[in-house]
Amino acid sequence: MNFSWIQLVAIAPEIVLTIGACALLLFDLVIPRDQKDKLGYFAVGILIVACYGSWKLANVEADVFFGMFTLDPYATYFKMLVYLAGALTILLSMTYLEIEKIHLGEYYGFVLLSTAGMMVMVSAGDLIMVYLGLELLSISLYTMAGFKRSESRSIEASAKYLILGSFSSAILLYGISILYGIAGTTNLKALGTFFAANPLDNPGLLVSMGFLVVGFGFKVAAVPFHMWTPDVYEGSPTPVTAFMSVAPKAASFAVFLRVFAEALGGLKPHWQPILVTVAVATMILGNVVAIVQTNIKRMLAYSSIAHAGYALIGIIVGGGLGTMSLMLYLMIYALMNLGAFGVVILLRKGGMRGEEISDFTGLAKKNPVAAVIMLIFMFSLAGIPPTAGFVAKFYLFMGAVEAGMVWLAVVGVLLSAVSAYYYLRVVMVMYMREPSGDFDLATSPATSLALVITTIAVLFLGLYPAPLIDATKAAILQIP
Amino acid sequence: MVPLSYYLTLGAVLFGIGIVGVLIRKNIIIILLSIELMLNAANINFVAFSHYLQDVTGQVFVFFVMTVAAAEVAVGLAIIIALYRNRSTINVEDISLMKW
Repeated sequence: MNFSWIQLVAIAPEIVLTIGACALLLFDLVIPRDQKDKLGYFAVGILIVACYGSWKLANVEADVFFGMFTLDPYATYFKMLVYLAGALTILLSMTYLEIEKIHLGEYYGFVLLSTAGMMVMVSAGDLIMVYLGLELLSISLYTMAGFKRSESRSIEASAKYLILGSFSSAILLYGISILYGIAGTTNLKALGTFFAANPLDNPGLLVSMGFLVVGFGFKVAAVPFHMWTPDVYEGSPTPVTAFMSVAPKAASFAVFLRVFAEALGGLKPHWQPILVTVAVATMILGNVVAIVQTNIKRMLAYSSIAHAGYALIGIIVGGGLGTMSLMLYLMIYALMNLGAFGVVILLRKGGMRGEEISDFTGLAKKNPVAAVIMLIFMFSLAGIPPTAGFVAKFYLFMGAVEAGMVWLAVVGVLLSAVSAYYYLRVVMVMYMREPSGDFDLATSPATSLALVITTIAVLFLGLYPAPLIDATKAAILQIP
Repeated sequence: MVPLSYYLTLGAVLFGIGIVGVLIRKNIIIILLSIELMLNAANINFVAFSHYLQDVTGQVFVFFVMTVAAAEVAVGLAIIIALYRNRSTINVEDISLMKW
């Protein structure tokens, strides 16, 4: 466990991203205003290089830097997820930023930096790294949320996110400090060994566990810690909303599972009931409140709360099947949610904001392709076969049944039925109503590419999920 | 020697003051200060445990927390300035364009 320079290889992808982000900030100074697209493609290129690096490291399992940084297939899987989410977000952003007149190079720098934060987070071998990754990710996102700084709603979203985000980080940190006092270490593996040998005999441990649940609950937007989500999602620029509804959520879930299964695995009987309550409340509130929303970004925000509830089932079930279903779910959710936001981004052009559900009225008559794409994503989010959303939910609920929690699966299925109401309302508005005017969609090669990728992936994984399922099975978190 | 429990009590009290401050104060800058108070409550815990356990990890953690807190405040103040320019207020009760 000594330090040697060769260990830097393990964090090569993170280094590439960070240097790339700094380079972007410099290039931004010399690139003329109308050619900022180049910076976007450069950022995608950096993500591809980093992705190649992670691919090469995929079979390496190592704890480097004194156990601070863990390289395992589980982390690599989530890194691939955040690369994908980051690249798709950048492709979706370019035209939008142009239209909003906020096309600045920093934007791409922040995307890369928050991606690096997520990568640090998913590879964390120590609570210090969990905290550092989380903050790198969050601070970049606070700025991105307020990127449209001339618009009141955007800056309001940024301020709300800042206050509640740092509030939750502070709670998480306090929980970590108590945990450190009890176990005398912040290394996740050492904590796991400690709690396997010494089961709960300390009231402070319960308090600390509560703080950890609150802290992570905020990050993944679980009820009752969800109140920032709708406001922040509605106010932020749409591509930023798309990004933060998938990538940070996936990374937070990854580290949530790692901390609770690896470090606190010995205490599962104590945290499982808490999480079951949280998951049920999250599914109910998210799905029910989404019904009354008229703004599509707000509706998708509540839908993402509901999806966090489904994903929590994966952590509750735990073990091989729970982990695998969680990983599968987060990947598919990332694809379909980015796609759905992509269509919302298409509608933003000229004087049209395209954020109300009524803005979709009659889209099918004027632009059948965009309507079909939206239809696919709405079906997928609702979990209707043959889309990927069905496969994702199927494995989660199957995990719950196999773990003997049939009622939890039943609650999940019933609430999925509720969710069909608000997803299909969008479809209804697009197909059953007459358009009031012409649609002028903000299409561009980059946006189209992102939408094509997500649509094909959602349909392909719905019909033939085996490759992704094999990938998740190979990357399950190994708990000693 | 001051017993460990004194430090922990101090930390808990600071943390409580911080939480109450975030929840009841209306001025965003005060709220940001309250969050700093919460972070420092955790720092006190870390240092106290570090001394008590004769283990250096806690102190290392504190260095990282201080650095991150500085970055967070820098970004936070920038956001507050942008907010003030936009709205001419930093009272959280006036920041309510979006509500459910």
